[in-house]
Amino acid sequence: MSMLNVDDISVYYGNIRAVKGISFTVEEGEIVTLVGANGAGKSTTLNTIAGLLKPKHGRVEFEGENLASAKAHDIVRKGIALCPEGRRVFLQMSVRENLEMGAFTRDDSEAKETIETVFERFPRLKERENQSAGTLSGGEQQMLAMGRALMSKPRLLMLDEPSMGLAPILVEEIFDIIDELHKSGTTVLLVEQNAQMALSIADRAYVLETGTVSMSGTAAELANDDRVRKAYLGG
Amino acid sequence: MDFLTNLINGISLGSIYAIIALGYTMVYGIAKMLNFAHGDVIMVGAYICFCAMGYLGLSPILAVLLSIVGCTVLGIVIERLAYKPLRNAPSLDVLITAIGVSYFLENAALLIWKSDPKSFTSVVDLPSLSLFDGQLVISGVTMVTVLACVVIMIALTTFTTKSKQGKAMRACSEDQGAARLMGINVDSTISLTFAIGSGLAAIAGVLLCSAYPTLTPTTGLMPGIKAFVAAVLGGIGSIPGAVLGGVLLGIIEIFAKAYIGTQMSDAVVFAVLIIALLIKPSGLLGKQIKEKV
Repeated sequence: MSMLNVDDISVYYGNIRAVKGISFTVEEGEIVTLVGANGAGKSTTLNTIAGLLKPKHGRVEFEGENLASAKAHDIVRKGIALCPEGRRVFLQMSVRENLEMGAFTRDDSEAKETIETVFERFPRLKERENQSAGTLSGGEQQMLAMGRALMSKPRLLMLDEPSMGLAPILVEEIFDIIDELHKSGTTVLLVEQNAQMALSIADRAYVLETGTVSMSGTAAELANDDRVRKAYLGG
Repeated sequence: MDFLTNLINGISLGSIYAIIALGYTMVYGIAKMLNFAHGDVIMVGAYICFCAMGYLGLSPILAVLLSIVGCTVLGIVIERLAYKPLRNAPSLDVLITAIGVSYFLENAALLIWKSDPKSFTSVVDLPSLSLFDGQLVISGVTMVTVLACVVIMIALTTFTTKSKQGKAMRACSEDQGAARLMGINVDSTISLTFAIGSGLAAIAGVLLCSAYPTLTPTTGLMPGIKAFVAAVLGGIGSIPGAVLGGVLLGIIEIFAKAYIGTQMSDAVVFAVLIIALLIKPSGLLGKQIKEKV
């Protein structure tokens, strides 16, 4: 049984069908990436799994459980965390408070321990512990968003465009961290426009085009596919 | 001494505005809506207290507690029935609904309690404080009102900065979607906010009528609007801002009454708001949020 099983979901914004019957799976321990252009439905898919949007058709199953009736705030408790597009950290709250919010579903004492492990992984956050998140640089905010998502100790971590708007050196750093997280046992579902980076660390990939899956395979296969190279990897 | 007396009266009236403004500002901060029925909850709170003392013969403390409980429940019910179904509706729809709720409460009060003014018995039974050989007299109600305002402000600040649920409120006020991703139940957080705001409205209503003891179904209207002005003046969404705005407004109103004239006092109050917003559109303590891309 797959850890995550997305089965033929369609998602609408009003009358606009943004996701048109997407199916894919994520196995435990994998990094799976969804690549594709703007508007392909990548973020919509992640937001649907996280429960912020509800599919009109199809089902999302996590560890065998149908998430159809679960509210977004319940889905975190089941072990799925989404680090959203655009980071969406709480700008007026301190770094520490942001992390505490990430552990909202857990005991305070457990949360304290997890904060320390997040600080070990992101030492720069520790230095800025009491600063408000609004004073952080873009890269630091991305690290905070990822740290905050890790606070719920998710079994499946979903990352939506973690490299967006970051300098190339920071992109490398973020991807190194994703790789480390994966090695320490977290399953990752990654959405990226930076297909090259995404395919370099992923096990498997799905290419999304205008709301449907147009191709799928191992990351290595897709990285060598002519169509993918032309469309997403700059030739 | 007149100056001091006026100042103290202003701070006292301002403290009542501040308590009402705290309710406005919290609801706005979290639910992003202007609850124009807030002023009428004040009136309901005062009537509950009036009936509890007058008809049930309860002690003032019990009557105030009953009033707080009554208004808290009323606030939650209003939110569930009137505002929750409009969670994703345009803000104008919500605003009009709030005005509708306001009229509903006023007319319901008119049906239940009739239009004749009730003479409210003060819930504060403390002796006045006489200073400077009796030239300056501070009433018991004044002292209790100012004290209540300070205590409430400190309690709310502590709640929103120290407790988990309070921090969750601030998270909701910044980004409801992100808050839901954290596992925060946004609906129940909004309910809690309405509960707190309405409980405060009850306290404000009781203190208002203890200081100005005429109670009618429209008693809450003007203080509600003034408190809204206070919340905007202080920076809507900010707890210290609501208190600062409320106290300033109270002082300005009393001084305008004393030195310019009773009829002009409200005009002065609103003129101050207009000027303040021209100079600082986000309010005195309001934050301008910058977003990094």
